[in-house]
Amino acid sequence: MTSLDQSPENGVAPTSEGPAAPPQQVVEHSKKSQLLSRLFRSKAATISLIILLLVLVAAVAAPWLAPNDPSAIKLIQRLKPPLYVNGAGTHWLGTDSLGRDVLSRIIYGARVSLTVGVSAVAISGTIGLLVGLLSGYFGGLVDDVFMRICDIQLSFPTIMLALTIMAVLGSGLDKLILVLGLTGWVQYGRIVRSQVISIKNDEFVLAARATGERQWQMLFQQILPNIWSPVIVIGSFTIATNIVAEASLSFLGVGVPPNVPSWGTMLADGRQYIGVADWLTIPAGIAISLTVLAINILGDWLRDYLDPRLKNIL
Amino acid sequence: MKNEVLVRVKDLKMHFPIRAGVLNRVVGAVKAVDGVTFDILKGETLGLVGESGCGKTTAGRAILHLYRPTAGEVAFRGVDLAKESPEYVRRARRHMQMIFQDPYASLNPQMRVGEIIGRPLRVHGLVKDAQEEKHLVTELMQKVGLNTSYRDRYPHEFSGGQRQRIGIARALATSPDFIVCDEAISALDVSIQAQIINLLEQLRDDLGLTYLFIAHDLGMVRYISTRVGVMYLGKMMELTSSDELYDDPLHPYTKALLSAIPIPDPPLERQRQRMLLEGDLPSPSNPPAGCRFSSRCPLATEHCRAVEPKFREVTTRHWVACHLV
Repeated sequence: MTSLDQSPENGVAPTSEGPAAPPQQVVEHSKKSQLLSRLFRSKAATISLIILLLVLVAAVAAPWLAPNDPSAIKLIQRLKPPLYVNGAGTHWLGTDSLGRDVLSRIIYGARVSLTVGVSAVAISGTIGLLVGLLSGYFGGLVDDVFMRICDIQLSFPTIMLALTIMAVLGSGLDKLILVLGLTGWVQYGRIVRSQVISIKNDEFVLAARATGERQWQMLFQQILPNIWSPVIVIGSFTIATNIVAEASLSFLGVGVPPNVPSWGTMLADGRQYIGVADWLTIPAGIAISLTVLAINILGDWLRDYLDPRLKNIL
Repeated sequence: MKNEVLVRVKDLKMHFPIRAGVLNRVVGAVKAVDGVTFDILKGETLGLVGESGCGKTTAGRAILHLYRPTAGEVAFRGVDLAKESPEYVRRARRHMQMIFQDPYASLNPQMRVGEIIGRPLRVHGLVKDAQEEKHLVTELMQKVGLNTSYRDRYPHEFSGGQRQRIGIARALATSPDFIVCDEAISALDVSIQAQIINLLEQLRDDLGLTYLFIAHDLGMVRYISTRVGVMYLGKMMELTSSDELYDDPLHPYTKALLSAIPIPDPPLERQRQRMLLEGDLPSPSNPPAGCRFSSRCPLATEHCRAVEPKFREVTTRHWVACHLV
């Protein structure tokens, strides 16, 4: 090479012109340990991860952790206040209107709530992402068809769709997930579509085409990595809505049977006793809010993590 | 120089439809490129100059089939790509690449430099494993003067000049014969422009590349080009060897363009007769009748406004589209 090697912008040492070398890059970490070490640098994200792990453990190990059978009805023990109210009794978080142990129901409830929240988001996110990508990228007729389907979908109230599906397929946890998954995809679809439209004409996509990339490579390897952030934000947000929606749908009989505990149904059942027995709603409410908060914080952190421009700040 | 034609452009037209109304009917067309004809010889650098909006970028993209030309023929090594299947065109891209104007927009912000440069190799199946790809990427980075330790950095960590080097390395990855440099240096500051021009020149000589060099900086174009074409409103106005164009321009538009280059010598600059053009570039959706330049040409006659001049060879290898020459 000739004079080019001496040009100031090729200096080996990072100057003000060149990229500043972040210290953690000197030693090459494996991808996994880099992810964790960067996660632990954020206090909020670390705490959120711990909360989520606890919820996950509760869901998986419920039979060993729960002090009582969550479905055992003891009418004699009904509406017993929790320990923190009068310091007496055997039920830490009290009992509900049928004498069932609230703590056990919270622990078991993590199963239904997490399953519903996460699976429904996985379904609606996948459908919405695919529809949005194809619709935004190809435009024209594909776009018209998909967007009209979106409009049709939006014109049906969720409840009506849920009742229809229930009438056809019967009720159950899987049907509930299906309902929430099938009604939630539109917002992903629309956001993803608009993101794709806004970046598909960027020069780097044209450059990918000029180098001879195939359509699917441009769509999934060039465009998709650039639109994750809104998807993650809506996703972490919708998990919360789904956990609460499960309660109202279960109330209508589409969701889980009444004897299966879930945070949503506990909230709905406890509502009528809120004046006399607030321990029926408060723990379930706290469980929902903490989980949702943790998911949202982790979602935010993940979004920032995936943006290479924020690599050194996080 | 061997006079082997690498790219033959014949009566290339690229019109973009204008749609309006509820029914999205086509109500007109922007005639960005409206019938240009020229050859690009193997090993030469053909400069393409003109005002903003004259269609030079569109011409470059249509030549690479990034747009589907409305009419006309672009033959690469004798094969008319418009007649071939999309898959054939995609494979042919290996041999013709592009360097983009904006080094900030043309690199995917989510990809590491090594990946950006290595992708063309993978897409065209030119490497058999990651090891070989890494090796070739290292070579390419050295070739364009990038520090190879920057492989795992992201584009936003680089300066404009470095980014343009990344773009050049990407274009070189598949060892193409033909590269369209679309205003490849306009977005860079002057000191970096010189470095990139030198790099392009050196690569051309080392690798036997052929360039279509699109720019609006007349000085740079003269420096790097063997021949230069002048475009105005979608048409080629004059095409000849670079020295002849600058020393003996025949078309009034070329004369006006050249007289706009400042001379770095104040007394000379003050004495010089400048030929100033009046008015703006007419709309490419509704170009003037007759000669396209007639609405701004100081020498235009009635004949010019009525009849479109032919693009003809006035003297040996000097093509002009003007009635008055």
